[in-house]
Amino acid sequence: MTKDIKFDFSRRGLLKAGAGAGLVAATPSIFMKNAWAEEFRNNPGNASEIKLGFNVPQTGPYSEEGKDELRAFKLAVKHLNGEGDGGMLNTFKPSALKGNGVLGKKVTYATGDTQTKSDAARASAKRLIEKEQVLMISGGSSSGVAVAVQSLCQEEGVVFMAGLTHSNDTTGKDKRRYGFRHFFNAYMSGRALGPVLEKEYGKERRAYHLTADYTWGWTQEESIKNTTEELGWDTVATVRTPVGAGDFSQYITPVLNSGADVLILNHYGKDMINSLSQAVQFGLREKQANGKNFEIVVPLFSRLMAQGAGDAIKGILGTTNWNWSLQDEGSQAFVKSFGAEYGAPPSMAAHTCYVQTLLYANACEMAGTFYPPEVIKSLEGFEFDGMGNGPTLYRAEDHQCFKDVLVVRGNENPTSQFDLLKVVEQTPRAQVEYDWKIFGGELGPYKV
Amino acid sequence: MTLAKLNDTNRFLIFAAIILLMPIWMIPLGGAYPDLLQKFAIYGIFAIGFNILFGLTGYLSFGHAAFLGVGSYAAVWSFKLFTMNAIPAIIFGVLFAGLLAFIIGFLSLRRTGIYFSILTLAFAQMSYNLAYSVLTPITNGETGLQLSQQDPRIIDSMFVEAGAGLPSTNLFGLKMSGFEGFYFCAVMLILCYYISMRIFRSPFGLMLRGIKSNQNRMMYTGLNTRPYMLTAFVISGMYAGLAGSLLAVTDPLAGAERMQWTASGEVVLMTILGGVGTLAGPMLGAGLIKYFENIFSAFNNQTLTEIFSFLPDAAVEVVVPIVGLFVGSGWHLTLGLLFVVIVIFLPGGIVEGMSRLAGLFRRKDQENMNGTASPQDQPGE
Repeated sequence: MTKDIKFDFSRRGLLKAGAGAGLVAATPSIFMKNAWAEEFRNNPGNASEIKLGFNVPQTGPYSEEGKDELRAFKLAVKHLNGEGDGGMLNTFKPSALKGNGVLGKKVTYATGDTQTKSDAARASAKRLIEKEQVLMISGGSSSGVAVAVQSLCQEEGVVFMAGLTHSNDTTGKDKRRYGFRHFFNAYMSGRALGPVLEKEYGKERRAYHLTADYTWGWTQEESIKNTTEELGWDTVATVRTPVGAGDFSQYITPVLNSGADVLILNHYGKDMINSLSQAVQFGLREKQANGKNFEIVVPLFSRLMAQGAGDAIKGILGTTNWNWSLQDEGSQAFVKSFGAEYGAPPSMAAHTCYVQTLLYANACEMAGTFYPPEVIKSLEGFEFDGMGNGPTLYRAEDHQCFKDVLVVRGNENPTSQFDLLKVVEQTPRAQVEYDWKIFGGELGPYKV
Repeated sequence: MTLAKLNDTNRFLIFAAIILLMPIWMIPLGGAYPDLLQKFAIYGIFAIGFNILFGLTGYLSFGHAAFLGVGSYAAVWSFKLFTMNAIPAIIFGVLFAGLLAFIIGFLSLRRTGIYFSILTLAFAQMSYNLAYSVLTPITNGETGLQLSQQDPRIIDSMFVEAGAGLPSTNLFGLKMSGFEGFYFCAVMLILCYYISMRIFRSPFGLMLRGIKSNQNRMMYTGLNTRPYMLTAFVISGMYAGLAGSLLAVTDPLAGAERMQWTASGEVVLMTILGGVGTLAGPMLGAGLIKYFENIFSAFNNQTLTEIFSFLPDAAVEVVVPIVGLFVGSGWHLTLGLLFVVIVIFLPGGIVEGMSRLAGLFRRKDQENMNGTASPQDQPGE
């Protein structure tokens, strides 16, 4: 072989190399020039479309909720663009939405998979922000993910409309200026559940907690423990279980001989389906302890989980953010258009995501701009009605929504495959309100 | 092939140019955004380091993600306790990963072959479970270790007043997210490539290759192979620690998932896909997998319909659902198929594929020159 390619450093070669190196060195500034031209992240400018990012779990233990969230997002985008029957756009007031997109721009969307993991969720949110150039990120079905993505959004200057996240931390110690939560939290669940538990199970009970080992589980355990101890209950033990464990038998067996007579499952999604089904299989519900019937409580309930757990769910108490059986105008309109589109009623995860998308769009209309600090200001302290749960306030101090909370029970005699939860009590907003200072944390700056 | 004829300096320069120009040539491939580019560089480092162990000595570690995770945690703690500067974070990441590698290596290297792999896997799973539940005060468990307003940041607070928001990672004032972060990672990658090249060419590297081809014979000559193996293992672990700390530098969060066995398996895939024992192969494999993970997984039926819009409508309705199985959340399926094809037909990975292609062209030039050498004998890189 004779045609050896050899690089020798002639003067010409050196010049070429120099030019190449110069180009390489200049690349960052070429890209940064773009960055300086815009006054905020992903400014749509004169484009005729805006893009929203829906970052939901499509795999992992919370994927059922994620898929339903995605359906709701698609429906919300449709309604915002004036397609379909308009859903809650007709009942939401005060509303600045016109059904012609947002600020005259058509709404499009991009999706990402959080995999119910903080790492993956942040990577996918980064892709949405950097590649898809979305104006807002919404979705998520785990508080760990919500907290992680929320802090990323604060750094990047993109509004985050949290999906299903129930931990006190999301709007408590980990709250952020760019993050907003419509969903209720563990503290409110405790407040709402307390009186019902007292009425049903009395003042002398011994509770055993099984808790998902992450931010949501920790805060829910704490809130429920505080509530029940106020009632006079004892807490026998609190045991942490890994998320996505699959088999909970090793955690349930010790419950049998612990002297407890109530099992509180701080689990969600497939974890809750598995732990509850196994607890029922182990005969916990037929058991007598301390002369009382053994009871199971699932503080955070959803219809999708009830569907997965089947008969095990019957008669079990819990709380939920929203249920499709609500009779108010807004809920009815939403259930109707969701049902017409997908042939099944929406879950509470779907409801909160749909509402969040509308609220963001409305805030942009009210602010008259997509500039995040202004959008944030119009969301802070915003009061609205007609989105289910009655009159609702987005509290300015911690970006938490306040509305009525539903205490539900697994339906003993369901009339249809979706009629799984029966509303026991609609706890009024005043009863679940609290001082925002109790959880600490700081919102941070408007401008980043 | 022509590439094989280049000397090391030139090959290194070409490599550096390709890496640094990535933001430009990735544009048509849709991958020219900082997050993905950072991942390319970081996982490139991870794979290159893994290859020093697996490629040179033939010891297959199934627990390298543990070092990646430790690197991340160490870096985030450095951000929390000392300063937001990237340099100390990297130093801590590498040190702690090296330390852990020394301990795990010291114990695991008593065995060879499959037993070694199982031991490393077991240690990595132990580290994962420790990070996930037992060590929650240090790792914050499932939620992941994050920065907070209340962190002491001793060194930073001596010089500047804390701002209203969370501080961001920096290199003496240069923000480490976006393209600046990528260039920082890219420089690290080039540095790592250079070191790895020097190791491959050194007597130490030759010794490691000797161990790979016949460890018994090496021992008969009166050589104690253990220190060599341990050194290779620790170096490889430090590479992983560097990659882990860079992950934290570009995005200051460390989650336990980084240590899971799937992450360890991923780096094995990367290395095999690219070409075991070659210099550039693992880097290629890492790039390919990360590209698939980020670009392919984001495809949905909507994008597919756009891509196939040139077909008649009836055909689109058939093609889109079928192709849809392989993209989006089904990207693992595509990756799996690709992996099977490569392992069966190109045991030397992408690098072997490229040299075969080059060989084809060359044969056309010189019909009756030397017969093709068997793939194993080819200098892959």
